[in-house]
Amino acid sequence: MRVNFVLSEVATGLRRNLTMTVAMILTTAISLGLMGTGILIARMISDMKEIYYDKVQVSIFLADGVTDEQRSAIETELKDSPEVKSYIYESKDEAYERFQQQFSQQPELVQNTPADALPESFRVELVNPERYPVIAEEFPNGENGVDQVRDEGDFLDRLFSLLNGARNATIAVAVIQALAALLLISNTIQLAAFNRRNETNIMRLVGASRWYTQLPFILEAAFAGLIGGLLAVGGLVLTKVLFVDRTLAGPIKAGIITGIDWSAIVSTGAIITVGGVALAGFASYVTLRLYVRL
Amino acid sequence: MIELQHVTKLYPASGRPALDDVSTEIDKGEFVFLIGSSGSGKSTFLRLLLKEDTPTSGNVVVNGKVLNTMSKWQVPKLRRTMGCVFQDFRLLRDRTVAQNVAFALEVINKPTRTIKRVVPEVLEMVGLEGKAHRLPNELSGGEQQRVAIARAFVNRPLVLLADEPTGNLDPETSEGIMLLLERINRTGTTVIMATHDYHIVDSMRRRVIELNGGVITRDQTRGVYGVGR
Repeated sequence: MRVNFVLSEVATGLRRNLTMTVAMILTTAISLGLMGTGILIARMISDMKEIYYDKVQVSIFLADGVTDEQRSAIETELKDSPEVKSYIYESKDEAYERFQQQFSQQPELVQNTPADALPESFRVELVNPERYPVIAEEFPNGENGVDQVRDEGDFLDRLFSLLNGARNATIAVAVIQALAALLLISNTIQLAAFNRRNETNIMRLVGASRWYTQLPFILEAAFAGLIGGLLAVGGLVLTKVLFVDRTLAGPIKAGIITGIDWSAIVSTGAIITVGGVALAGFASYVTLRLYVRL
Repeated sequence: MIELQHVTKLYPASGRPALDDVSTEIDKGEFVFLIGSSGSGKSTFLRLLLKEDTPTSGNVVVNGKVLNTMSKWQVPKLRRTMGCVFQDFRLLRDRTVAQNVAFALEVINKPTRTIKRVVPEVLEMVGLEGKAHRLPNELSGGEQQRVAIARAFVNRPLVLLADEPTGNLDPETSEGIMLLLERINRTGTTVIMATHDYHIVDSMRRRVIELNGGVITRDQTRGVYGVGR
């Protein structure tokens, strides 16, 4: 295979079709970028699930006027309950401290919240998280110093369904965009083949192998896929640096949501770039088989 | 060398066959004129030899290989043994004379060393030494056809197919082209030339196969274009 020859054919093809090439690269980039975002959100969701579901499952918030006896009665009951795997006690002071930490990015909120506004609580981990109703029954709301029993899992489920929805929407748009990109690639390749019909006709007549004739077109599309993929990776990097690391810095630091680390960007970037190259090359190959006589 | 056995070619769009039960044989080193009016089946004849088309029935045999049963990936190999020249030259306008000829070798993966050696040789043979770096539109029609012949011959094909190679050229220029084709024929290459040019056919006195409505109506060893002309 004469590498120089093939590469110069590719370069000529891309140059002749500059506008189509740019369109092809941009749609591919947007599609791959969204695909990458979807993958990152999915990763984030699974990371967060691990952190959250392992932690607290049920919170028992104590009433403001709870007595020492009531408190120790609750603790004894938790200690003896076969449903409870472990529990921790959080005092008002500890709750406030954690609150300060969580909202360190919003000092006004912290300043306007009195130190004793947050209730003391027991954070309970169940043997089986599904058994939440049993615990709720044992500690009726508003009785024996209990203000409220809350199933954190329920809240998490709602949070995660929201995140799952965001992921699905992103991937859906990415798929539609990918379809547009594939059609555009197919069109561009048909146009490129038409522009170079003189060359390819001669190649056919002098006995160039099919592979030799097709390769420049396939590489042309694959190149667009590569550039599109790299642009998409650039987009992911910018999203991390400008949005995730800045705007979401507070919640990430407080451990409310997980951040996106560089290794995730690298592996996702690799997936979408390789995927983009392969998909574009494949689309080109299929187009040549179906529409172009080489 | 080349054999057609009861070859019929029907194009779906037309009711009349382009070739109708044609049988003939062409030996190695022959020079054959293929004559007949437009639509008589000359082009179909040439296309079948290149396996650009497959016959509806009958066999086409080239170099001992039956083309009907030849698989797609073997076709390039077949075409490397054949050269083609056309009425409209089919040169690449953005490449020089030498690049046009070299193109035919580059795309079949010949080593650069070989290309550098044989391209000047063949250009000299067709009489274009000194014009290697011209672009096609800087050349006369006859010169452009010489480039096309150089490109067809540079890989030393066993067969040279020429479809009206002098169709766009004046008689004097045509004569030069014919001398060149004769010279190529003398190297042992079989030449099959479809033409309308009776001056050329009459003066060359070579084998003439005449097609009429897809049927061979005449096959003479030292023929002329038309009886009584």
